[in-house]
Amino acid sequence: MENKLNYFEDLKTIKKIMEDSSRFLSLSGLSGLFAGIAALAGSAVAFFIIRKNKTPVSDNLISILNKDGNTLKIQLVIISLIVLIIAISTSVYFSYRRSQRQGHKIWTPISKRLLVSLLIPLITGGLFIIILSIENQWQLIVPAMLIFYGLALVNAGKFTYSEVFYLGVIEILTGLISAIFPEYALLFWCLGFGLLHIAYGLFMYRKYEG
Amino acid sequence: MKVSISGLNKLFESRVRLGIMSVLIINDSFNFNDLKETLGVTDGNLASHLKALEANNLIRVNKQFIGRKPNTSYSITKAGAQAFRIHLKALEDIIKSQ
Repeated sequence: MENKLNYFEDLKTIKKIMEDSSRFLSLSGLSGLFAGIAALAGSAVAFFIIRKNKTPVSDNLISILNKDGNTLKIQLVIISLIVLIIAISTSVYFSYRRSQRQGHKIWTPISKRLLVSLLIPLITGGLFIIILSIENQWQLIVPAMLIFYGLALVNAGKFTYSEVFYLGVIEILTGLISAIFPEYALLFWCLGFGLLHIAYGLFMYRKYEG
Repeated sequence: MKVSISGLNKLFESRVRLGIMSVLIINDSFNFNDLKETLGVTDGNLASHLKALEANNLIRVNKQFIGRKPNTSYSITKAGAQAFRIHLKALEDIIKSQ
């Protein structure tokens, strides 16, 4: 029956449209990988700058920041901004490349929803962190970064791979734990933004693009 | 509504209508332009199919203004969701049967 073939095509079309209209599936694992590497490189630079600046070795980051003048703070802010820019631009680049290969558009109704759901917690977090640094609440900045980033991923996970949701949950947990151990802030930052991204990126690349 | 013996709904014979129903059964609401882009169809084609589905109470039209621009969005009705599910089930059954 040739009709049957038609029905089969119908079902395939339905499935594809449901998927395309509800999830943005052009995020690339490579984005995660490169964001993670950028984060680790950034924290290495930060580590050496802190090392160079500080006097007694026993001092932790928070007490240095509380003691130190503004130079170190500004240097750290610049490093994190550079990392952020590299992470965002590589993730946009790799997603764009992947969408081209898949023959999908990158600017779709669903990628718009993805972006909005990602940006609301992320911008809230960004503003909150600016307020924290104005108020000199340095010990809360790393936890806030991880927690708000995690919330952003949990929120955005509805519109893309479900792994993004789980990565978000792990980031939130990492953020909460880092709030208990402020002296290890830089290490938690490496873990949350570096290692977790690299692990996630490799996993996603092998699962969906390998 | 015409439903054949096998459970297939005549209204869903067109691919565009299947597409509209597929989008709306997953998403709470979708506006005209987004539907057009997702399905890759022309204005006129989409509008006529939307009208047919609306006339049969399978979808609902919500007209509102965003700023000064009119924005028309569509959502599925209870009857629409049910009819679409029956149609899907019928398609699957036909394929499974020899």
